[in-house]
Amino acid sequence: MARILHIFAHPGLASSRINAAMWGAARRVRDVTSVDLYAENPRYEIDVKAQQDRLEAHDVLVMQFPIFWYSCPALMKEWIDLVLSRGFAYGVGGDRLAGRTMLLAVSTSAPAEAFGPEGYQNFPLRTFLTPFEQTARLAGMRFAAPYVRHDALHGDPADHARGFATLLAGLRDENLDMDRATAADALFHDTLPLRKG
Amino acid sequence: MTEFLLPAFLFLLAGVISVPIASRLGLGSVLGYLIAGIVLSPVLTLLGVDVIQVQHFAEFGVVMMLFLVGLELEPKLLWAMRMRLLGLGGLQVGLTTALIAAAAYALGSIWQVALAIGLIFALSSTAIVLQTLNEKGLMKSDGGQAGFSVLLFQDIAVIPMLALLPLLATQHVTHEGGDAHASLSLVDGLNGWQTGLATLAAIGMVVAGGMYLTRPAFRFIAHANLREVFIAAALAFVIGIALLMTLVGLSPALGTFLAGVVLANSEYRHELESDIDPFRGLLLGLFFMTVGAGIDFGLLAAQPLTIAALTLGVIALKAGVLLFLAWVFGVRDEQGWLFGMSLAQAGEFGFVLISFATAGAILPDDIAPRLTLIVTLSMMLTPGLFILYDRVVLPRYHAAEPRAADDIDQPGHVIIAGHGRFGGVVNRMLLSSGHETTVLDHSSNQLEALRAFGVRAFYGDATRPDLLHAAGIENARLLVVAIDDRNRATEMVRHVVKHHPHIHVVARALDRSHVYELWGAGCRDIIRDTFDSAVRAGRSTLEALGMHPFEAERTARTFVNQNRRSMRELADLYDPEVPNHRNAPYRDRARALMDEQTEELRSRGRGAHHEGADGAWARPTLRDQEAALRKQE
Repeated sequence: MARILHIFAHPGLASSRINAAMWGAARRVRDVTSVDLYAENPRYEIDVKAQQDRLEAHDVLVMQFPIFWYSCPALMKEWIDLVLSRGFAYGVGGDRLAGRTMLLAVSTSAPAEAFGPEGYQNFPLRTFLTPFEQTARLAGMRFAAPYVRHDALHGDPADHARGFATLLAGLRDENLDMDRATAADALFHDTLPLRKG
Repeated sequence: MTEFLLPAFLFLLAGVISVPIASRLGLGSVLGYLIAGIVLSPVLTLLGVDVIQVQHFAEFGVVMMLFLVGLELEPKLLWAMRMRLLGLGGLQVGLTTALIAAAAYALGSIWQVALAIGLIFALSSTAIVLQTLNEKGLMKSDGGQAGFSVLLFQDIAVIPMLALLPLLATQHVTHEGGDAHASLSLVDGLNGWQTGLATLAAIGMVVAGGMYLTRPAFRFIAHANLREVFIAAALAFVIGIALLMTLVGLSPALGTFLAGVVLANSEYRHELESDIDPFRGLLLGLFFMTVGAGIDFGLLAAQPLTIAALTLGVIALKAGVLLFLAWVFGVRDEQGWLFGMSLAQAGEFGFVLISFATAGAILPDDIAPRLTLIVTLSMMLTPGLFILYDRVVLPRYHAAEPRAADDIDQPGHVIIAGHGRFGGVVNRMLLSSGHETTVLDHSSNQLEALRAFGVRAFYGDATRPDLLHAAGIENARLLVVAIDDRNRATEMVRHVVKHHPHIHVVARALDRSHVYELWGAGCRDIIRDTFDSAVRAGRSTLEALGMHPFEAERTARTFVNQNRRSMRELADLYDPEVPNHRNAPYRDRARALMDEQTEELRSRGRGAHHEGADGAWARPTLRDQEAALRKQE
């Protein structure tokens, strides 16, 4: 059984649709550590040592957030800046996360077709996520394909939320085909590469 | 009764009139007192006042002055200045004494008298020079600092000089001259080694008593919380030591100086300083007036050329020695000139030495009045020398080059008035960030605990301007007002804002109307005592009611900002004479602000994506998205 750390960052949970539903579903998955970052650190007072210890005690880091201006919300960035420090995540002696896995679970208000040279977002979603991908690589982590929900203003969030719970449970039970999960461009609730069994 | 009241009134009146005029003319207070004495002299003769008797009484001001000099001597500061103090100061006193004594010897004095004259003229006028340098803002300059070291050394050197003078006596002292010093003695009937033992015991008493007895004694007195009792204790302390020293035949100035040094690190230092200082000022003023009254102008009229030549000769010789030392110690250019010209006069301690030497029959009676005249004239010429420096020396060195901005980033220190639950936290934060703080508090228990933890804390009523002065408000960068008494806090802010506008004042307000009062007093950095904790309690309550912690945090921040804005607005409408609920403009604006704020808070607390007043993290709407998609096609 793999140890999963699910970190969720949304500054306005009360008015969220997709992410609130995902958070609700994720908290019902047993043996997964789920953290609401904004509730844990409402004044940005991040305890770096405690966060690093918790990170080291897990095998997979799942970061869930809505995409704001092609990046994560501010507190998530603050967390990355402070916790993934030199001598811990990179640099001399900075191999403490090596061999672990990072997986993003993100939502975009733009529809899928907006991403790409023809769309109004101009670039594929993965291009916007390259800072995270390279962060994982520098820390020696495997960067799995992101779990994505486009067009977050439309439709029922339930399927995506249920898919997220399935994904977390699959990671926990090492039931997910990590090679396929890494090779994919993005994961959706109906394309999760679960092993039969 | 009138024979006491009339001279007292005359002395006070003369001082009150002449000192402000002299200060305005840039002559300094010492010259003001001297002039008052000169003017007063015929009246005193007419009234039959015994000026010499008054002068002996006034000499006690010198004793107090040396006590204060001792109090100001922080061992740390002395150690840091040791090179300049011993080098510059020691050489200045040594060389000047030697040269002037040689000149006096050449002019026909016997060597004892010549040496006494050398010592008298070696000293400069601390009072005139420090005051002028401070007024001109030259204290921190290189020349000013060098001058300060020399003056400090001179102040200390006076003590061995006073001890040395009696050894120069060539005739036996006649006691009938009304010399008060020898009227009662503990050591009269003792032989040499017994006298030595008694002397050592007395000094030991002063040091040990100062170290171990004063603190509990002052603490006991401080508990009474009566200012005049503390002043009485301070005076009794100084007078008692002077008395003890006199009884064993030592200089009372030496004794009080020692006591001052012993107490320099005590928490009662600033309080003692500000209590003794007015007495010192008055007595020294009286002393200078008696000196002025004693000046023999007949002498000047009889031998104008001789006196003028001697005066200029003394100034030239002193300036020559100072300029040479400036060159040796690397005080260059205009700074060297400042150093040389500012200290070239003889000083008030010269009068003290003259009066001691005359009483001790060291100086022949015909020389003493001449010396007094020369010292006085040289002091009167000092403002002229400063004018010469400004007009002639400075333009040479600063032809076109603009003056560099003052270094305002020097490690200024912070004064914290009140060290309770509030000021204490402020102090700890400042100390942990490496700032130098001076704490003033009125609770002696509190102070003792603080000093045990190594905090620089002093006893006293922080609202008193003289205590603030003693704590160094002139050189402070910041004042934190954290005393409990709201009216005194406001008064303190008003005083400091008015008289020391360069100081940033952080004040604690006890409630809303106190904020307005402090604002009216001129404070622009006001912290409300319980406001932050109340906001935190509100935030905790919201969280406990189920609000998301980050939303509670944002609600609290919004509330604080709104509240600050409205306080600022209402401060202008506040009228201390009218209760707020009857002050119509205040009441109406307060109501309107309250409505606006409730509306704003309601919308803000909802966090991301809510299209409220702040629009924080507002996500695109469906229409935004359709517009973007249309552009795509």
